[in-house]
Order: sequence, then structure tokens, then C-alpha cells
Amino acid sequence: MSTLVIAEHDNTNLKPATLNTVAAANVIGGAVHILVAGNACQSVADEAAAVDGVEKVILAEDSAYENQLAESAANLIKSIANDYSHILAPATTFGKNVLPRLSALLDVQQISEITEVVSEDTFKRPIYAGSCIATVKSSDSTKVITVRATAFDPVNASGGSASIESISADGVSDLSSFVNEEIAQSDRPELTAASIVISGGRGMQSGDNFHLLETIADKLGAAVGASRAAVDAGFVPNDYQVGQTGKIVAPDLYIAVGISGAIQHLAGMKDSKVIVAINKDEDAPIFQVADYGLVADLFNALPELAEQL
Amino acid sequence: MKIIVPIKRVVDYNVKVRPLGDQSDVDLNNVKMAMNPFCEIAIEEAVRLKEAGTATEVIAVTVGKSDSQEQLRTALALGADRAILVETDSLLEPLAIAKALAKVIEAEAPKLVILGKQAIDGDNNQTGQMLAALLNYGQATFASKISIDGDSASVTREIDGGLQTLKVSLPAIITTDLRLNEPRYASLPNIMKAKKKELDVQPIDAMGIDTAPRIELLSVELPAARQEGIKVESVEELVSKLKNEAKVIS
Repeated sequence: MSTLVIAEHDNTNLKPATLNTVAAANVIGGAVHILVAGNACQSVADEAAAVDGVEKVILAEDSAYENQLAESAANLIKSIANDYSHILAPATTFGKNVLPRLSALLDVQQISEITEVVSEDTFKRPIYAGSCIATVKSSDSTKVITVRATAFDPVNASGGSASIESISADGVSDLSSFVNEEIAQSDRPELTAASIVISGGRGMQSGDNFHLLETIADKLGAAVGASRAAVDAGFVPNDYQVGQTGKIVAPDLYIAVGISGAIQHLAGMKDSKVIVAINKDEDAPIFQVADYGLVADLFNALPELAEQL
Repeated sequence: MKIIVPIKRVVDYNVKVRPLGDQSDVDLNNVKMAMNPFCEIAIEEAVRLKEAGTATEVIAVTVGKSDSQEQLRTALALGADRAILVETDSLLEPLAIAKALAKVIEAEAPKLVILGKQAIDGDNNQTGQMLAALLNYGQATFASKISIDGDSASVTREIDGGLQTLKVSLPAIITTDLRLNEPRYASLPNIMKAKKKELDVQPIDAMGIDTAPRIELLSVELPAARQEGIKVESVEELVSKLKNEAKVIS
């Protein structure tokens, strides 16, 4: 039994969700290998080789893998899939894009967003926006799995000394090509990696009012998120979205401001260690999951909070 | 240009789903069903492409039980021209659904397939990508903007850090994200007209595909409940609790 973890990276650094995915692989047991597919990404392979508990890093460098598009990535993973009992990737937009394609190429039914490893073939995963947790057992010979990063504590990024083996490109596809990317530039931490998150909902009333949250975020070193309602209303871009169809976060502190607490939003944040809700509607469902609830008009409470921090 | 839009009948998004008493599955007795919200976005995008003169025909397809005809009629009322039900009495996994859809697509030969990125029941987010693999088509998932340019499509995708734009050769698979469009409501005249549109029922058994389940559902349970919290009276009390009790800020 051995597990292949697909590294998520930007050709320079390994993305932290990879470490949570290795943690899930460790629970499954057996040897853990990491595949780094990219372009001129030796530094990522070096980082991956230092990850605690990893036995081998497989490095595939080719311009075709620069942006890790699904078609070429899935073909490459398929070319080495025979060596593994389990293939894991983080349940990020990267993993969610590539892994189901691989899964169909292997004629395997993927298991998405596991939150617990029960045994080598049995896993827990949330369904219906986390309203229920399903325990599922796979009969496929290769298990293809995406891992919800927040459900597994990351392994150490150092302490390992894996070997690095280079492989050549295989099955390069020209069905799609990269045009450009607009990555939001921010001095604040990434939403899924932040230890404090402050999110706004429809109650914020406009995108301009998000500066009230940003002021507090900067004092706390927090990331800024939003509910789907706030994204729907056009207040903020989609990459702010926390919830069933957005990002899953589990920071030490989650502050929900002007968010009613629809099940779809709770799905993305209810595993946070401490939850604070600020809402003027005392019956808002968000208060049912909040450790500390403040019934107040956010336009009074936020400036006051900023002042006291 | 012909567009196929696969859709799914799911529990309405307002329903809070609970496990059955014996925890063998979720309790779907007497719950309201609806078209998956991301599928509505897919239908809307296809219909807009037709209204813009880019597409000539929009075909809604689903794989499911006979009662899925209800959601196909909704798709027809929203502007699809005709519909196909691949009928099965079993609850199929995404891979089996993708195999059935691939058969329909091979027969219909559309230039574009648009589907929702994720169904809100199983939250799998798999079918579109699997379909693309089975057909050896290019894929552009989580789309927030689509423009068709001859034999290719330019698609802007919602990714974790922002936006990515891809060019994908047609035929291709595109899956929809939230901001792609705002779906319309079906008007009463269109609902009436939809009743007369063609809805073809094809038995899945005639397709010669392996739909045997690979996953066994062992149990369904409620997630661990959070301990009940407290209400604070002021911002000052909140800050004090966070500093001294929860110790999450300093």
C-alpha cells in the first residue's frame, strides 16, 4: 500500500494544503510519495522532499505543466497511477479540477472532500452542505480522494529527507491553454490559511462598507471573507466566499458580521475554534453556532471594535 | 451550434436534510425537490448564448428516475428547446452518470456542454470533469465568464486566489460557478409552452454501460454539535472575552 499526494504549488513554493493532504495520507498508512508537476519548479520539489514523513518526491518539469491544467495533469498522474493504492489531492479549486478527470480516466469513483480516514477503504465526508456526515466505503482498487484541508492538522514542513526522482512529461494535451490569471494581491493572509477570519454578509449593505472589516482585519492580522449573499450582491469577488460552494475555513477565530447564518455558509466555517457573531437580528441562526454573540448594529459595533483592538 | 446542458434533480436548497432514524441514509421523505441551483445557471448561460445567436439549439438532459421529468420541464420553461431523460431506478454515482451523459453526447454531437460545477446534495463536484475525461474533451470548470470564438471558447474561471482565463477547443465541457449569470424565472406562458416541447425518455439499460456502484454508504449521521455559546452585551465585553476567556487575541 502506498499513497501518491498531488502537490499544489505555484512553481516556486508548495501550497500549505499539501501538508494537510500528506497528514491524511499518513492516517491511511503505507509509504507516501508526492508528485510535483510544474515548470522550472525544483524549489518546490526540494520543499516537498523536506516534508516530514515523505519517502519520495516525483518531479515532472515541462512547460506543459506550468499552470497545471487538468488535461495534461490528469494524463501525467494516470501514467504513474499503477504504483499506488491511493491518490490524494487537496480539495482546493486545483484538486477539484484535476482529480475527477483522473478518476474517470482510471474508471474509479472518486471520494470528494474527506474529513476523516476510518480505514484504508472507508472515509467520512460531509454531504448536503455539511448537514449530514456520510461514512462511505470504496470497492475500487485505486482510491482517488480529495481531502478537506481543515479536517487534518498539517504535517511538519521540515524534518524529512525524501529522494527526488525526475520523470518525463507524458500525455501532454493541447485541448486547453492558459491565457492569463488575475491573482488578488493582498498583504493579508490567505483566507484558508489565516488564524483569524472576519467575514461580512448581506448586512454590510455595500462593497464600500467592507473597509470597516478590513480595518479590523489589519489590526488582527486576519483575512477577510464573505457570505454567498455578499458575493451574490456584488459587494466582493467570489474568492472571498466562505461556504458550501466557496472556501472551507477553520481558523482559531471566525468573526461573522451581518451574516444571517444560512446552512450553506455554516458549512464553510462551523469547524472554527471560536466563532463570534455580530448581527442586529437576535433571532439570526448564526447565533446558534456562535460562542460569543453580540446583538448590535454593525455600523456602530465595528468602529467601536476597531478602536478597542 | 448545439449546446447540451445536463441537469440534476436535488433536494431544494432551503431544506435542512437529516439522517433517517436508523442512520442508513438521509431522510428524503416528503421533502421539496428542485433543479440544482448551479444547473439553473448552466441553462441560463446556454439560453443566453442562443438568444445572442451563438447557439442554435439547447438540449437539457438528466439521468434519473421518472420524476426528474419535472426538472426537465422547468429547463424547457426556462428556454431549452428539447429534453432527454436517461431513465434509471437506481441512484447512480457521478462516474455512472458521466458515462450515461457521454453516450447522449456522442449521439447528439453538441459543440458545447455546460453543466453545474456541483450538485448541492452529494457535494461531489465531479460529473463535468469526469465527462470531459470520458469524451477526451477539454474542460473549463468553475466558469464566471464564457465567450465563444469560432472553434474555441475563452473561459474565465473562479480559482482560490482570484481568476484564471483559459482557451479551450470545442467541443468542450464547461462547469458553472455562482457569478456566471443570474438565472431568470420561468414565466407562466413559457411554463405552458414547455408542456408541449419534446421530452425523449431513454432507458439506461439500452446504453450498455457499467453503472454498478463502487461506493457503499455505511451510515449517515449528524455532525458534532457545537456547544451553546453566550450573548455579550457590549463590544467591550466581547473584546474582554476574546482576550481573557477564549485567548484568541492578545
